[in-house]
Amino acid sequence: MKKKRQAKRTPAAKSEKRYWLDDTRNVNKVVYAVYAICGLLLVIDPLIHKHGPFAIEHWFGFYGIYGFVACVALVLTAKELRRLLMRPEDYYDD
Amino acid sequence: MTDVSPGLLVVVGALLVPMLRGWARPIYMLALPVVAFLHLVALPYGAFGGIEFLGLNLVTLRVDRLSSIFGYIFLIATFVSVIYSLHVRDVVQQTASLIYAGSAVGAVFAGDLVTLFVYWEGTAIASVALIWARRTEASYHAGMRYLIIQVLSGLLLFFGVLLNYRVSGSISFNALGLETAAGILIFLAFGIKCAFPLVHNWLQDAYPEATVTGTVWLSAFTTKLAVYSLARGYAGTEILVPIGAAMTAFPIFYAVIENDLRRVLAYSLNNQLGFMVVGIGIGTELALNGTAAHAFSHILYKALLFMSMGAVLHRVGTVKGSELGGLYKSMPWTTAFCIIGAASISAFPLFSGFISKSLIISAAMKEGYYWTWVVLLFASAGVFHHSGIKIPYFAFFAHDSGKRCQEAPLNMLVAMAIAAALCVGLGVMPGLLYAHLPFAVDYHPYSLDHVVTQLQLLMFSALAFTVLMRTGLYPPELKSVNLDFDWTYRRLGKSALQSLASFGRWIGSGSTTTITRTLTAFVSRLYRHHGPKGILARTWPTGSMAFWTTFLLGAYLILYYL
Repeated sequence: MKKKRQAKRTPAAKSEKRYWLDDTRNVNKVVYAVYAICGLLLVIDPLIHKHGPFAIEHWFGFYGIYGFVACVALVLTAKELRRLLMRPEDYYDD
Repeated sequence: MTDVSPGLLVVVGALLVPMLRGWARPIYMLALPVVAFLHLVALPYGAFGGIEFLGLNLVTLRVDRLSSIFGYIFLIATFVSVIYSLHVRDVVQQTASLIYAGSAVGAVFAGDLVTLFVYWEGTAIASVALIWARRTEASYHAGMRYLIIQVLSGLLLFFGVLLNYRVSGSISFNALGLETAAGILIFLAFGIKCAFPLVHNWLQDAYPEATVTGTVWLSAFTTKLAVYSLARGYAGTEILVPIGAAMTAFPIFYAVIENDLRRVLAYSLNNQLGFMVVGIGIGTELALNGTAAHAFSHILYKALLFMSMGAVLHRVGTVKGSELGGLYKSMPWTTAFCIIGAASISAFPLFSGFISKSLIISAAMKEGYYWTWVVLLFASAGVFHHSGIKIPYFAFFAHDSGKRCQEAPLNMLVAMAIAAALCVGLGVMPGLLYAHLPFAVDYHPYSLDHVVTQLQLLMFSALAFTVLMRTGLYPPELKSVNLDFDWTYRRLGKSALQSLASFGRWIGSGSTTTITRTLTAFVSRLYRHHGPKGILARTWPTGSMAFWTTFLLGAYLILYYL
């Protein structure tokens, strides 16, 4: 399963071998692949016969939508929690 | 030979490690878990190793399907961890790690609570050496906090066992339940070691402070021993379902904003334990099979992830997300193994997490735990987010940090390769694991709807990550610590003590007049109470004396530990 990878050239890497992901166009290809797979998984959803006992599971695209919303909510909540929880690295040192 | 626990074999065997020199030592250390494993395979089911001790009949070796599956995986983890640690020359770590692993195996095969207690303390004391062996000030303090909490768990277990023996006259380790005070004490002891919410912080505090290899050892045994013990004593205890669900959910918020990638893994370890605890709480055959299976695959992929981050720490000297990135260029093999671990913990089809976590989620659905199911799905999406994507992304990809290093040492690569092969092997051939679960299995994880819905959940989580990254909404990795429950004892408790001390100093510097006045008042009060007609001059029942003695002793104990 591919992950989105962003790569930038750094001065330190001048003389180095160029990797496939060093090219932004290739990173975009990975991202588009994720979009395409998600689209495909959503399109075939009505064809899948789900067996679970809960009604909500049988809604169109439930798992995909839930996964997306859950992750966005998770990240944004955690980000806000930083205001409350984040301290400098040496907080516990005296 | 049937009377010797495989755990005892490893513990006693570990004591010989310091006496060996040169090549003999690593070969011996590799052979030890193999011999113990073969011994376990040869053991029939039953209770062996009876010892008479202080009038108690101890059963030091109980072999059944539940203890065997945990014994197998503990010994496999020991073998893999030995390989990963082959470059370590520190004899303290070498010995302590094997005693620790052996104690965990011994505890799993304990047929009575006294034997369990002995090994339980063995795991606590041996494991702290792996934290202190880092030899930094932070690791010293973290190790001390870890040890205090582990010993507290042991104390609760001790009093629970004692009380249980007084009330029921039994020390057998079977279903305990929460109906008795003893049952509650033992439950709390297990709960601390299992990192229940609010008593979880020793895990995230101590594990990332241990040595490169130490964290790999630690990740396998302590908490899974607690899972085993809960499964043995508290299967079907309803309260474990909400406790487990909370454990799956809240650590992932911390995992998202944590910068130390080994600490991220410690939070996700906590989250994975939650799934197992839910399985124990549901308590059906399917659910308990799920807990055992998930513990089995979890130990492998979690060790694999800790090994990959350990390799990064070993080569780069840091595992802070804010300082890493682009390491796939220097460490391609480590990157590949890390991604396999990440796919396994995220429960991608064809990887081990998929075939084990499904059992627990299916059991929750089957028994109609609607809200638990909703939380477990959230946690499943979340675990992919922080362990599946965040760990490999920020360490090996993201923006190139410009850091260039060597690939991990050969022994580390071999250990990671074995763990990765097992992760994929279990995912592709679930029958191998299912055949050894506590109960007969009639479950097929690879149904079309299951595979597709799981892929939907995961790919849309990946989509969420992509969108948040591309829009710049994703919180960057920042040098920081995040407050968690350990704040109460690392800060609140400390400042309370400090203000107590300054209050004492203030008293000390009080003016002499105050002292004289207080003294005069004190003497007259003394006369009033202790004089010929004083209240304390009367005779008092011994009960109240016993009460005050207990109170003072208790107060002394608390002050002593502080």
